Amino acid sequence: MEQIKNMGEAADTARQERLADLRRYLAEAEGFGQAAAVLPFGAPAIDAALPWQGLPLAGLHEIENAGPAEEGGAAETFLAGILARLAPARPVLWCLRRADLHAPGLALIGLEPRRLVLLRASHERDILWAMEEGLRSRALAAVVGEIEALSTAASRRLQLAAESAGVTGFVLHRSAGSAAASAAVTRWRVAALPSVPVAREPGIGRPRWRVELLRCRGGMPAAWDVEACDATGIVAVSAALADRPALRQISAAG
Amino acid sequence: MSGRRVVTAVNATAAIEGIVPGMGLADARALDPALLVEEADFIADAAALAKLSAWCDRFSPSVTSCGADGILLDITGCAHLFGDEAGLARQVRARLARQGIEARAAIADTLGAAWALSRFGSGVAATVPRGELWPALSDLPVAALRLEPELVALLERLGLARIGELYPLPRAALAARCGDGVALRLDQALGRAAEPLSPLPPKPLLWSRRSCPEPILTAEAIATALRELLQHLTRRLGEEGLGARRLSLAAYRIDGRIERIAIGTAFPSRDTRHLWRLFEEKIEQIDPGLGIEDLVLTAESVEKLAAAQLGLDGETARNDSADLAALVDRLVNRLGMRALARPVLRESHIPERAVRFVAPLAEPQTPTRWNALQLRPVRLLPWPEPIEATAPIPDDPPLLFRWRQRAHRVRHADGPERIAPEWWRRDSPIGSGASAPESRDYYRVEDEEGQRFWLYRAGLYRPDSAPRWFLHGFFG
Repeated sequence: MEQIKNMGEAADTARQERLADLRRYLAEAEGFGQAAAVLPFGAPAIDAALPWQGLPLAGLHEIENAGPAEEGGAAETFLAGILARLAPARPVLWCLRRADLHAPGLALIGLEPRRLVLLRASHERDILWAMEEGLRSRALAAVVGEIEALSTAASRRLQLAAESAGVTGFVLHRSAGSAAASAAVTRWRVAALPSVPVAREPGIGRPRWRVELLRCRGGMPAAWDVEACDATGIVAVSAALADRPALRQISAAG
Repeated sequence: MSGRRVVTAVNATAAIEGIVPGMGLADARALDPALLVEEADFIADAAALAKLSAWCDRFSPSVTSCGADGILLDITGCAHLFGDEAGLARQVRARLARQGIEARAAIADTLGAAWALSRFGSGVAATVPRGELWPALSDLPVAALRLEPELVALLERLGLARIGELYPLPRAALAARCGDGVALRLDQALGRAAEPLSPLPPKPLLWSRRSCPEPILTAEAIATALRELLQHLTRRLGEEGLGARRLSLAAYRIDGRIERIAIGTAFPSRDTRHLWRLFEEKIEQIDPGLGIEDLVLTAESVEKLAAAQLGLDGETARNDSADLAALVDRLVNRLGMRALARPVLRESHIPERAVRFVAPLAEPQTPTRWNALQLRPVRLLPWPEPIEATAPIPDDPPLLFRWRQRAHRVRHADGPERIAPEWWRRDSPIGSGASAPESRDYYRVEDEEGQRFWLYRAGLYRPDSAPRWFLHGFFG
C-alpha cells in the first residue's frame, strides 16, 4: 500500500511539473516569459486570478468607469493605486482631454504629484501619438491616456510600443466604452459601491468598488467586491464573491 | 519745386537716350515722345527692397537694406562656402538676375568702400583685396563718399573732384573748410574710423548651408539634405563644446519665397538623432512650390554642453533625466509648450488654487506637507456647477440633490469642512457672483449607488435666504 501511495504521489508530482512546464511554455508563447516584470495587487484573490500572479508591466491595459460619462472617479482612483506602487522613482505621463485631474486627490492614494507629467491635448490622435512616444521612452514608469474609443489597430500599436521598452500603458475610458476588440493584455471595469460604515460611526466608511476583469489574455474573466485603495494604493478583497456564474455566461457569449 | 514732375529712375534703354534721374519729366518726354512713364511708389519700393534683403540671407545671415536701392551683407566667414569672394559676388548677381533684377556688386573691407565701388566703380562687380583700399578708391568721384550734395558741390568748387585728391590734404584744413563730415566719411571708407553696423542683425554662431544642383521637390529629398546639414552642424557644435537650444531651417524656393521651420530643446543638445526626430515632424510643413534651391540650417541659440561620458560598450551611459528631456522635447515641439506641465502643490486651501503648474523639467520642489485628514477628490470640475439641494437642517449635509437632471439621494456624508476666502488676496475666486467673497462648507456625500461627490454650500446659513449649493468634484 505504501508503495502504491508513493507511486501515486510521484505520478501526481510529475503531472504537476508537466502542467507547470506547459503553463510556462504557454506564457512564453503569449509573450510573457518568466522574466517579465509583474506588479502584484497585494490582494491574493485578484493575484490568483491573473496568469502572472499580478499585473504584467510590459503591456497595455484598459480601465473603464462603469458609471455615466464624466461622472465619478473610481477608475482613476483604482489606476492611481496601481501607479503609486509602480516604479515609484520614475515619472508618469498622464494624457488628458480636459484638465480636471486633481493632484491632491491622487496624493492621498500615494501617487505623488511631483511624479506626474500632465499633457493636455484636444484631439485623441494627439493623445495616441503622445502615448506611443512615452511608451518608447524608457524614462517613465507608465503612460496613461484618456481615450473614449480605442480602435483595434491603435491598441495593437500601443501594445507593441509598451512591449518594446517595458513602460506600462494604461488606457482610461471615462465612461463605459465600446466593447471593441483590443490588443490590450487586460481590461477592467470599476464601479462604485456603497461604502461599509466603520464601527457604527456616521459618515462614509471605507469606500468600496466592484472591480471586474472583463478580459485577460490567457486568463478567465472575474469580478470582486473590494475596498478601495488605502493610502498606499492597495485594495482589499472583502467578500468572497469572485467568479460569479452570471459573469461567466456573459463572457462565454462575448 | 512743387508741381514739377521729376524722373527718379531710368532703365538702360532710356539711359542710352540721355535721360537721367533728376531730369524733369517734360524734358525727358522731349528727348523721347514714346517714353513709358510709371508713378514712383517709394513705400512699395522700400518694402520690396526689404523683402529682397531677407531673400539674400541665404548668402549671409547678416543682411540689411541700405538706402533706397542697396543691400548690405556682412560676408565675414561666409565667402569660403562659395569658393571665394569673386565667386560669391558672381552667384549673388546670377541669382538676382534669375529674379529679373540687375545688380552691381562690390566687396571690400569697409562699408564705405563697398558702397562707393558698387555705385561709382567701373564694371558691375568689384572685389578689393585686403589692404588695397587706397588705390581702389582714389579714382572715384567725391560723391562716392556718401556726402550731401551741398558738400559735393563745395568740394568740386574747390577743385577736388576725385577721392584721391583728398588724401594728401591736411585734416585740419579740410575740417575748417568743409566741416567734420568729409574727414569722417573718408576715414570710414579707408578703415581708419570704425563704423558700427548696427542695423545688421546679430550673427548667429553656427550655420550650415547646402545648395541643391537641381531644385528639390519631395519631402524625402528635403529630409536627406537636412540630415546632412544636421551632421555637419552637430560636428561643429561638438568642436566648440556647445549644444543647440534652438535650430531653424530655411528653405529657399526658386520663386523667391522662403519656407521656415524651427525646433527648440529644453536642454542644449547636439545629439543628431534627437534633433532629427524633432525636425522630422515638421518637414511636411514645408511647401516646396516649384522647387527648393538652397537650404540653410542655423543654430539660433546655443549653450555650453560638456562632452558625454561613453560607457564601456561605446554607447552613452543610460541617463534617465536625459531620456525624459528628450521625450519632453518631442512632445512640446509637436503640441506646444502649454500642453505639458507638472502639478505643484500651492499653499492654499481653496481647491481651485491648491495646484499650480510648472514646466515639466523644472527642478522638483520640496514636497509640501500633506494634511492626510483633508479628503480631496480625484476629479475637480473647472467651475463649480450649481445644484438644487434639499438640506433642511442648517449645517447638515443635504438629503437629496439634483444635478444635470438626475436626482441623487444621499445615504452617507462627511463634513462640513469650512474653507474661508483668503481675505489677504484681492482677487480671491471664492464669491460666486456675490460682491463679497464667501466661505464654503464642503461635504463629501455618497448616493444610493455608491457614487461619491464633493459638494459645498456657498456662504453661511441664513434663515431668510435660500442656500446656494454647488458640485465641485468626484471621489473614487
